[in-house]
Amino acid sequence: MPVTPEEDRRLRQIAKELRLTVVDVMAWAGGAHIGGSLSCLDLLTALYFKYLKIDPERPDWEERDRFILSKGHAAAGYIPVLSKRGYFPHDLLKTFNHFGSPFAMHPDSNKVVGCDVSAGSLGHGLPIAFGMGLGFKYQGRDNKVVCLMGDGESCEGSIWEAAMAIAHYKLTNVIPIVDRNGLMIDGTTEQVMALEPFADKWRAFGFDPVEIDGHDFVQIGGALDKAWAAKDRPVVIIARTVKGKGVDFMENQIPYHYAAGDSVLCARAKESIERAYKEVG
Amino acid sequence: MADNAVTGTNWTCYDSSTMTSREIYGRTLAELAKEDKRIVALTADLEKSTALNKFGEVFPDRIFNVGIAEQDLFGAAAGMAKTGLIPFASTFAIFACLRAGEQIRTDIAYQNLPVKIIATHGGMSFGHAGTTHHCTEDFAVMRAIANMTVICPADGIETSRAVRACLDVPGPVYMRIGRGFEPPCYEDESYEFAIGKAVTMRPGKDMTIIACGIGVLQSLNAARTLEAEGIDVRVVNMHTLKPLDREAVIAAARETGHILTVEEHNIIGGLGDAVASVLAEEGIGCKFHKHGVKDIFAEIGYAEDLYAYYGLDANGIADEARRMMGIDTPEDDNWEDE
Repeated sequence: MPVTPEEDRRLRQIAKELRLTVVDVMAWAGGAHIGGSLSCLDLLTALYFKYLKIDPERPDWEERDRFILSKGHAAAGYIPVLSKRGYFPHDLLKTFNHFGSPFAMHPDSNKVVGCDVSAGSLGHGLPIAFGMGLGFKYQGRDNKVVCLMGDGESCEGSIWEAAMAIAHYKLTNVIPIVDRNGLMIDGTTEQVMALEPFADKWRAFGFDPVEIDGHDFVQIGGALDKAWAAKDRPVVIIARTVKGKGVDFMENQIPYHYAAGDSVLCARAKESIERAYKEVG
Repeated sequence: MADNAVTGTNWTCYDSSTMTSREIYGRTLAELAKEDKRIVALTADLEKSTALNKFGEVFPDRIFNVGIAEQDLFGAAAGMAKTGLIPFASTFAIFACLRAGEQIRTDIAYQNLPVKIIATHGGMSFGHAGTTHHCTEDFAVMRAIANMTVICPADGIETSRAVRACLDVPGPVYMRIGRGFEPPCYEDESYEFAIGKAVTMRPGKDMTIIACGIGVLQSLNAARTLEAEGIDVRVVNMHTLKPLDREAVIAAARETGHILTVEEHNIIGGLGDAVASVLAEEGIGCKFHKHGVKDIFAEIGYAEDLYAYYGLDANGIADEARRMMGIDTPEDDNWEDE
């Protein structure tokens, strides 16, 4: 179902609150992969607050859709989404990274309620998504499997092993999304290891690529609707995003791939988020 | 199912002498899968080589080939397990334990998923394929991964037992088998098999050989030779490297005072080191020697030739045993038995 103007406003409101929480997490945790957490936050918001069939009251519900954060370093974005969706209390986020906490820089399905797969080593998510999709298809179940990857992660050969296999088995129940923020640790993707023509690569592997603005909920919704309805060729969503989105001084800035934040920096970041969202209040 | 009229998982020793352990694995799995719909098989373009085609002949819709992509193989196995299935994933041992080592560690073992890794062509069993295809490192790697059970059956009969038993293990299992052309070592298929419980293949009071895999049969043959020389050798089949049967090690040390370990693996990190740890931790003084591949990459050759060259055949093991006991190897000018 397309995103209505009312839903768009609601999702933007949620995304704003989540961005503020991500900044808090950066302070509580002592540092965070803030850039990549903010670039995929609107995608996460659309998935968890509109598209995924889930029930926080029943985290092990067999009929639920599955989500894999293959770009596990975006845990500082993902974990607050799970909390806001009702899997665990907001206050628990204050333990982030500290001894005994369920939350680390990368998400852990053994410890985080609502997290389907432990992630962090890049290139692992899509093969697992492939196996889940194959398992559901074999059992005649209609669960969807969404796998969110970073664009830099596409350097990993295992991503393409899985892409080939997903297309070969026509697993339209697997929905890969690439957070195409264009930046890696050592530079832009095109400087470090060129990805373009990126959509053509996926097309050549048997996918139907959909390129969107990954911060526009109407476009995100359109792409997810198309992916959900795919019958023959699986859809890959290439979401063009801005690393650090919502905090003006972090946007497209490589040093904010991972950063520590003191109270002054966090206050500036929150002011920037308030300005960016002044129309939603 | 083709040729010899084999049904059920209770293979006879005759079956074991006419089928490779890989074939027995594939067929055992097919039998188990009739009862358990959760069982599926995954391979990476080695369906025939790993004998999973014996499973595929019976269940063509339950075997999935991922192409030559071992990282994808084990990642996918983890994903399938997460949907409630019990995937048996097979490839050559070296590609499983090292090429896809991190997928096994992080995707499968850390999440404690019931993926059964049946690694074929272990050790030097595919010796003539060249050193790229040897695998004398897998015990070390797999033992060091938490949640992992590590098994190395002695022959086809034991492979069948182990495949069945590993279904009851809630987490992952790594099972190393060879190419499967090894002769059977059990004379009677009625023995008790339990994961983590060593099998005393023959009693003895002068020394104990603790072996796994192909080393078991060769150790039994060595023990017969040594018996004729007046050395009474106990042979223990330590088919499970993890969890190790500590009691069997302690009993061997206390009762025979001499332990020789035999494995088709680097002497670093494998069965020998596992046994040594028990002796050290228990504070038991005992004459002890690790026999295996002595921290080298092996030469090229057919498996039997390599076993002879590296002393992993009965003659070589008997030599090691005599050396431990301080006895010279008798002169042998008879080449008829070589």
